[in-house]
Amino acid sequence: MKTSRRNFIKAGGVLLVGLTIWPAVKTFAGGNNDLKIAPGADADKKWGLVIDMKKCWPRYQEGCRQCFAACQKAHNIPAIPNKEEEIKWIWTEPFVNAFPEQENEYITAGIKDKPFIVLCNHCENPPCVRVCPTKATFKRQDGIVMMDYHRCIGCRYCMAACPYGARSFNFCDPRPYIKEPNADFPTREKGVVEKCNFCVERIDRGETPACVAACPGGALIFGDLNDPGSEVRRILAERYTIRRKPELGTHPSVFYLI
Amino acid sequence: MAVNDFRYILTGLIVFVVLVTLPFWARAGKAASLPTPSLDTPAIQALPQKECIEDTEYMRANHMKLLEDWRNQVVRDGNRTYVASNGKVYEMSLEKTCFQCHSNKAEFCDQCHNYLDVQPDCWTCHIEPKGI
Repeated sequence: MKTSRRNFIKAGGVLLVGLTIWPAVKTFAGGNNDLKIAPGADADKKWGLVIDMKKCWPRYQEGCRQCFAACQKAHNIPAIPNKEEEIKWIWTEPFVNAFPEQENEYITAGIKDKPFIVLCNHCENPPCVRVCPTKATFKRQDGIVMMDYHRCIGCRYCMAACPYGARSFNFCDPRPYIKEPNADFPTREKGVVEKCNFCVERIDRGETPACVAACPGGALIFGDLNDPGSEVRRILAERYTIRRKPELGTHPSVFYLI
Repeated sequence: MAVNDFRYILTGLIVFVVLVTLPFWARAGKAASLPTPSLDTPAIQALPQKECIEDTEYMRANHMKLLEDWRNQVVRDGNRTYVASNGKVYEMSLEKTCFQCHSNKAEFCDQCHNYLDVQPDCWTCHIEPKGI
């Protein structure tokens, strides 16, 4: 068989095009790898927290801060005196700041003045994850929104996106402000954003978050929102709970009993 | 240019070359001492069988790959258990696994890292073990 120069060049061209588009064909035909289910994080679970403020307030007034202390100790959270640089994982906000959409000016006496325990809401639809350019902030299969500090570039888009102010930026090296460093948990470094991680390190071992375990009044109840038999689901079914800024559609996993 | 200037130029060149290569002359024939990572920690001494999670050759060549794999599996996937090639199970944790035996960063990690001038930035976040 004789091959003309023309046919040879044509065949070469077809081969080149084929080789060029082959990786793209493989990618599109291979399915979406983003939804690969992680082996450790249970995909069928969705962690949630119910905070019973009625149980919390009396003890809070007496000076109980055990949930804050437990969190601080477990995660090497620095105590930075400068309010503009402080690191917050779990803290309190007055009612008007925590629930600004509750405009009822005649609301139950006393509630407006009370402090509310707030933390990262671990939203079903987290804006911080959507805006993170490096995927340092991501949502696990079990609903926990957490950070990979190895990837954070400190751009602070997530801080701008979070409607709950649940993220803090390390303006300085936090180490000098950690009184009792916990050698089992890393610290952060200057230039990264940080936030509550729902104690993934404890949840993965089958324990409850440190704040929940430390609460002497049983005001914090942690459990699986996907399990109809769990205590959080029982409370949510029986009692009226509120969430922070529901109008934004982020679907927080933290519920309040007031 | 006078012919006589050639002497000065050559002398200057030789002085320059000698000065620039002085570090090589000064250490000629002397090999840099090899790093000697120390395995002498109480935890390692107490081991009935002195072995790391994988064999020494593998750890020497691949510990950095292994650590990066651990980091990704723990942080991104929430998978915290490592099954070694001999079937033993370990927790994938720098602090809770590696540092428990290798509690001597200066004598163990730094030996090779300094020798090779490799500066991993683990220690800006992970708390380095406090000596033996």
